[in-house]
Amino acid sequence: MTRGFRAAGGGVAVDLDAEETEILRAMAGLVLELVEEPPEKDEFERIVGIGANTEKPDDPVLARLFPDAYSGDDADPSSSADFRRYTEDGLRLNKRANARSLIEELPAGGGGRVELDSGGAHAWLKSLNDVRLALGTRLGIDEEAHDAYLRGEAVVPESQAAALHLYDWLGMLQESLVEALFDVRREGE
Amino acid sequence: MSTAPVELERPETEEQTAPNLPWVTIVWNDPVNLMSYVTYVFQTVFGYPKSKAHKLMLDVHHKGRAVVSSGSREEMERDVATLHEYGLWATLQQDK
Repeated sequence: MTRGFRAAGGGVAVDLDAEETEILRAMAGLVLELVEEPPEKDEFERIVGIGANTEKPDDPVLARLFPDAYSGDDADPSSSADFRRYTEDGLRLNKRANARSLIEELPAGGGGRVELDSGGAHAWLKSLNDVRLALGTRLGIDEEAHDAYLRGEAVVPESQAAALHLYDWLGMLQESLVEALFDVRREGE
Repeated sequence: MSTAPVELERPETEEQTAPNLPWVTIVWNDPVNLMSYVTYVFQTVFGYPKSKAHKLMLDVHHKGRAVVSSGSREEMERDVATLHEYGLWATLQQDK
């Protein structure tokens, strides 16, 4: 079982076993399924935002990954719609690129070491977060209830136990990546 | 043959927003994002020292929201878009 990320050679590294590698491949693959590629547009459509989505998604996971941009009682709903029109396609493409980058850096055939430079580490960081947002939203993670569960004070239904275990493992992996990136930053100072 | 279009008046909605009030970017608490991650993102995106980034993260965690930057509407739209890339729940609004 992995001990998580560490700073290594100006970047970060992690050792993953075969099972962990396959879990990450599957989870990043779910992001690619969930976050669909935006429809093809010509230059004119792109500039004027024709054909772009302007509505907050119905699916709670997608609504969390693509939230409305404007808040406040007096917010004009068309402001969030316009923001979405001009930014959502780019956000979709970046989330997909990060998930693909994660998959491409995974060890081929079983486990192994993953070594990432700054760009690769940030793609992993964002994609691990997307995976956790998707899983956490689907599981209906509640901060206080989850803390109680981690302290061993709450019993979870058996049907959710495996997913929660996975969610916590992904959290551990992401936490270790953040700490490794803090270490890289300290070394650079 | 066509004539040049008459200049359109600014839409009414734009007139209703008070132009002098600055815009702010707000990050809202959510149960998934890790505290260390939120601190790291504030440092990375805004260049804040770790102490300031950490304090803002604690404000988000304990008060449910924190203003993380302020400026023009365009600047705040850029900040919100960047924070959405990192998966933070960020919005912009006029500061009042």
